[in-house]
Amino acid sequence: MNPTAGNPAPQRNSTAHLTRTRLLSILAALAILLIVCAVAAALFGSAHISLTRAFSDPTSPDHAIFFGARLPRVLMGVIVGAMLAAVGTALQALVRNPLAEGGILGISGGGALGAILALVMSAKLGGGEAAVPLCAFGAALLSTVAVYRLAMVDGQLEPFTLLLVGVIFNAFWGAAIMLVNSVVNFYYAHSILFWLMGSLEAPTYREAAGVAGLGLAGFAVLMFQARDLNLLSLGDESAAELGVDVDRLRRTIFIATSVMIGAAVSVSGIISFVGLIVPHTLRLVFGADHRLLLPASLIGGAAFMVAADLVARVAIAPAEIPVGAITALCGGPFFIYMLRREGRRPLSL
Amino acid sequence: MTTTSRDTVTAMRASAIHAGYPGVPVLHGVSIEVAAGEMLAIVGPNGAGKSTLLKVLGGSMKPGAGSVELFGRPLDSIDRREFARTVASVGQENAVAFRFTVLEIALMGRAPHLGAFRFESPHDLEIASAALDRFDLLDLAARYVQELSGGERKRVFLARALAQEPKIALLDEPTAFLDLKHVAEIFARFRELCTERGMAVVATLHDLNAAALYADRVLLLADGAAVAYGTPAEVLTAENLRRVYETDVYVGRNPSTGALIILPAALPNARA
Repeated sequence: MNPTAGNPAPQRNSTAHLTRTRLLSILAALAILLIVCAVAAALFGSAHISLTRAFSDPTSPDHAIFFGARLPRVLMGVIVGAMLAAVGTALQALVRNPLAEGGILGISGGGALGAILALVMSAKLGGGEAAVPLCAFGAALLSTVAVYRLAMVDGQLEPFTLLLVGVIFNAFWGAAIMLVNSVVNFYYAHSILFWLMGSLEAPTYREAAGVAGLGLAGFAVLMFQARDLNLLSLGDESAAELGVDVDRLRRTIFIATSVMIGAAVSVSGIISFVGLIVPHTLRLVFGADHRLLLPASLIGGAAFMVAADLVARVAIAPAEIPVGAITALCGGPFFIYMLRREGRRPLSL
Repeated sequence: MTTTSRDTVTAMRASAIHAGYPGVPVLHGVSIEVAAGEMLAIVGPNGAGKSTLLKVLGGSMKPGAGSVELFGRPLDSIDRREFARTVASVGQENAVAFRFTVLEIALMGRAPHLGAFRFESPHDLEIASAALDRFDLLDLAARYVQELSGGERKRVFLARALAQEPKIALLDEPTAFLDLKHVAEIFARFRELCTERGMAVVATLHDLNAAALYADRVLLLADGAAVAYGTPAEVLTAENLRRVYETDVYVGRNPSTGALIILPAALPNARA
């Protein structure tokens, strides 16, 4: 403590806090990683294709495979991975728990049930095409709010209660989906399995564009809350004392993340752990500032998902593993590792 | 209740505050007034309502009855960001989720001064660094808060409050669990801020000797009501303290400095 030093030279230690230069260079590096993953995913697959023929000859099978199957799938991987990782980051900030994630908290499960019910109902009642993502969003929002409220103990969010409530929600939604599966006709069984496993199979460009639009809108909303999410790390009360409207922030995050999860689930089903692995790794390397962490998760999540999907397609080619199985196979051990770390130093990651 | 007189500006005034939790009233008509440049200590036994009063002053708890005024303006007429530029609070618990550095935490104090998308300017960095420097934390700027000792972490949060450039600081037990040296230094820093910037400081304290030594005024609370309010010598009398703490108290003067000292007079339940 040195009262005589009235005006100390500000520390220019660039790792001590986030600067614009640091933000841009990290995002640029991640973008390069994404491009490498995307190019690799477009080049490799169960069938060998020649890029030159794909581009030069529109009648070639190479063209059909590249533009009809690979490219839309890579795009969908980019979009879904980006959304899930960004949502994971936002949910973790909201509940101040690095183990929170849409899949783990049962929010994706709720969304999937909503999507399945919409699919089954709209076949009977003739609902529009928008019914599936809309119902997925509604059910995801309902799950988010319910999980959050149920994890509140005496006005405090209990970290382990939150995870337990998530476990129960997952089991419950899973059972509900099985129930629907057994009462509807066999025609839906494949779709339902697809939602449960999580897969990027056979998307269309139109679907991809629609989901990307919703994802970007949701992400823009999250970005506007980035600094408030930083302040939330100090606790609801401290954030409020620093000028954050915590109730409004919470509602905004609930809605934005539910839109994104609803959109992701309605095209790709339940893909868990992407929103856990990606933000955690990035936080460990680059720090916790959400102005960086949110866009970094967006890009990093896209790269991770595209890479995971590549593995899903080539590992046992020509057969395919659902990508949700790949992320869960990585994510399960990762979660346990994080939980053990948490046990030693609660909530400090 | 005594009023702060002289030509000073009243920074904060709370009148006849009733507050509490659903079904549990805590405060029964407490009034205080703190002038710019003044340090007010709120003392009293456990459960007297010290922290609740601080929450009401900090705006995080709405009083059931009574009013709080900030520089003559009612609290509910002030926008939350403007309030955060005027009043800074430091609570007892300073847990941080996620690994932020010491400098990042201090910079969070600049949030009420910044627009939604703005990065902290060199000016903000300067203010945050000066705040860290005042609490002797500049060397720790790049460290994660989770790696610090309890005392260091406390100082980080006091520095964050300072980076808000508040006119009023509300501190809930700022020196609990700190050793003598750090207690003295933290109070010395806030005394400086009172004089340099005319900052008003309201602190809840368990340590009656610290209240006697550093505060301009003391509010003695018991069972959610003011027992006495005035200068330390007026409030911290053996009679008042015996009544409130229900134990024998010795109040004397430090022979070398003349400062008020308060000691328990007898071991409770001591068997002769």
